[in-house]
Amino acid sequence: MRHHTPPARRARTIAATLTCLLLTACSAGSLAAGGSIGDPETTLSIGLTAEPANLDFTKTEGAAIPQALLYNVYENLVKLDQSGRIEPGLATSWSRSKDRKTYTFHLVKDARFSNGARFTAADAKFSIERVASGWTVAQKSQMGVVDTVRAVAPDELKVTLKTPSNDWLYRMTTRIGAMFSRTGVQKLATEPVGTGPYVVKRWNRGDSITLARRADYWGRAPHFKTVALKYFKDPTALNNALLTGTINVIGAMQSPDSLYRFENNPKYKVIEGSTNGEVLLSLNNGSGPLRNPQARQAVRHAIDHKALLDTCWAGRGKLIGSMVPPTDPWYQDLTDLYPYDRDKARKLLKESGEAGRTLRLRIPTLPYAVACGTVVKSQLEQAGFKVRLDQLEFPATWLTTVFKNADYDMSIISHAEPRDIQAVFGSKTYYTRYNSPEFRALLKKADEGTQEQQVTSMRAAARLLSKDAAADWLFLLPNLMVADADITGLPKNSISESLDLTGLGRS
Amino acid sequence: MIVRLVQRIAVLLASLVVCSVLVFAFMAVLPGDPARVALGVSASDSAVAQLRTEFGLDRPLVAQYFSWIHGLVTFDPGNSYISHMPIGPQLADRLLVTLWLVGTGMVIACILAIPMGTIMAVRHRKPSGLMLSAVSQIGVAVPAFLAGILMITVFAVGLGWLPANGWTPPVQDPVLFLKQLVMPALSLGIVQAAVLTRYVRSAVLDVLREDYLRTARAKGLRPTQALLRHGLRNASVPVVTVLALQLATLLVGSVVIERVFVIPGLGSLLLDSVAGRDLTMVQDVVMIIAIAVLLVNFLVDMVYLLIDPRLRVGAS
Repeated sequence: MRHHTPPARRARTIAATLTCLLLTACSAGSLAAGGSIGDPETTLSIGLTAEPANLDFTKTEGAAIPQALLYNVYENLVKLDQSGRIEPGLATSWSRSKDRKTYTFHLVKDARFSNGARFTAADAKFSIERVASGWTVAQKSQMGVVDTVRAVAPDELKVTLKTPSNDWLYRMTTRIGAMFSRTGVQKLATEPVGTGPYVVKRWNRGDSITLARRADYWGRAPHFKTVALKYFKDPTALNNALLTGTINVIGAMQSPDSLYRFENNPKYKVIEGSTNGEVLLSLNNGSGPLRNPQARQAVRHAIDHKALLDTCWAGRGKLIGSMVPPTDPWYQDLTDLYPYDRDKARKLLKESGEAGRTLRLRIPTLPYAVACGTVVKSQLEQAGFKVRLDQLEFPATWLTTVFKNADYDMSIISHAEPRDIQAVFGSKTYYTRYNSPEFRALLKKADEGTQEQQVTSMRAAARLLSKDAAADWLFLLPNLMVADADITGLPKNSISESLDLTGLGRS
Repeated sequence: MIVRLVQRIAVLLASLVVCSVLVFAFMAVLPGDPARVALGVSASDSAVAQLRTEFGLDRPLVAQYFSWIHGLVTFDPGNSYISHMPIGPQLADRLLVTLWLVGTGMVIACILAIPMGTIMAVRHRKPSGLMLSAVSQIGVAVPAFLAGILMITVFAVGLGWLPANGWTPPVQDPVLFLKQLVMPALSLGIVQAAVLTRYVRSAVLDVLREDYLRTARAKGLRPTQALLRHGLRNASVPVVTVLALQLATLLVGSVVIERVFVIPGLGSLLLDSVAGRDLTMVQDVVMIIAIAVLLVNFLVDMVYLLIDPRLRVGAS
């Protein structure tokens, strides 16, 4: 018994551990509920679903980085307002030349970057030119139309395009239009430097990003001194965080079925607005049974969109019937092009000669896709289709199988990029494999024409696309936010790449 | 003793090598191209090919394996495929979080299980012992995540005593840290305690039947004294084994608990990295967990030798 532990020592150890545990329990019990940090008047916590991989959206894909940083940490020359109009940002005004190729921007005079440097037209020139040379993400191609950039004066910038483009100014409201400091791009992944009202104060990886208000901001200072963006993978955890006061706002509700917990409670308010997320029942136009237009039309007629939306997204969302959300100027309701008509679907399917073939509905493991997949399958089967439902892990497996190899007949995915009709259907090599020279000509005309021509041609393009049954548009994802009742200024529509925090306040 | 030690170290090293080969092989056959995932839906094929070259994904598998091992051994695991950020500091941060969670869970399990198991053994024919037995049965049947969800429903959402989820480093806000640690650690600890209790009970029961306890009591010690002085030490050998095996279960359980309580530990890092096909990150996390489990088993063997002199004799 050389290694004998005296009972007294063991007792001491146990006592010490118990004391620690008791202390833990006491301190937990003696504090107010919830885990909010700081003074509620100056601090706000927002719950979101996808955390950025790093803070450099010039080199890293994904919506999470611009969502957190754009308009808050970085600012653009022009920004998008809640109704989808372009409004002044770092440019107080701008004009376009007669040939529609040269834009002249007049810039604010007193903006400073968070590293102390003044913002001038030279920085704007640097930022625009850097997209081509320093960026690696796919969006950089949207800057390809720029021919020359000139800093005429410290507060005046001239940008000349190779060809007229209505789309370019719009894209300047997205991440590619963010203004960077010539002396502040060394550590973008961890230390972003912008002219915005907030700076990144702290990043607890896997948990939250904390933004702090700048004292030397050139514009109107936002209400909240600090805003914490907290990240949750699980919808239930997100709801619980709001119910227990850990967060004040759910930035994007992922489980509309659980809205009832907040809706009839005066402590909370629910906001339902619009997004750019068209939930597509994408059809493979290039190969398989759905290469046949009649079979695609049969699919469109076979789906009861109202019933589908009620079942799989608690009736929240909007039926659109095309690739255009209501916040774009050329929106038109195209849901009546292929009204729900099961008999007509049966007839079309029979005529197409594809009736005996099995359609592979290969959906990604995303909440809305999984929820809607079984409904789509059963509705199609009721109209005589044979459907096999495969769930593919998202993103990796879905991206390779459906997106890259187009090894699918149907899929369900939300295309959330703003104005993505061209990206999704404008190239015959894209996974939808839609190939229509007429459609592409309309898009080109829309981009190069006057603003009226743009609206007319975009309408025609959207109608053509829907008539061709290039896909089925299940619904437009709603922007569902839930917040403490006294939070004001929440952006109703989520239509820009940014979650704009600058207008938030408390009543 | 030395021979035994050398033998054990050799087994440890061999297991590590086998583990690393398996982990690497699994990653290699996992469907989904990391470069495609990193670049997203609108990337061109040439951009994807370029990134594959940058990551070294176009090199032979053997070369990729050895450069991964080299990175691990030199404590420089390189950069993440997805974020392009160094992996090392992230791993260290996340490991610390999981250690807090698992460590506290283990302490809670011991504090609950050792006295409870002993009482159950001593009173195994009395109603109180039987009742404790039933309670521990329920504990065994409840998975940790369910315990966690129940606790959230009652103590966070219902009573509002504790935050439902989240994690704050202790240096940042120690009080909030403790509030956030209580429930996840308890849900891991209680379920482990239920399992452990039953092993403590049977170990103590075995000891109670031993001759030397009867001798001790015959010499005038009261039953409890006899048990505390002579019994518990012998009962601790099988309990320590179980404790070590439980550590592996705790690590696995923490993967789920971290998701339920939104805790940025190794488990949630692993899940996110698998989804994002951040292959080096996945490999490194799995290896860390494997190393932890193997190392604990190794240490248990060593502890055996210290607790039970008979094993030392048997070895040499």
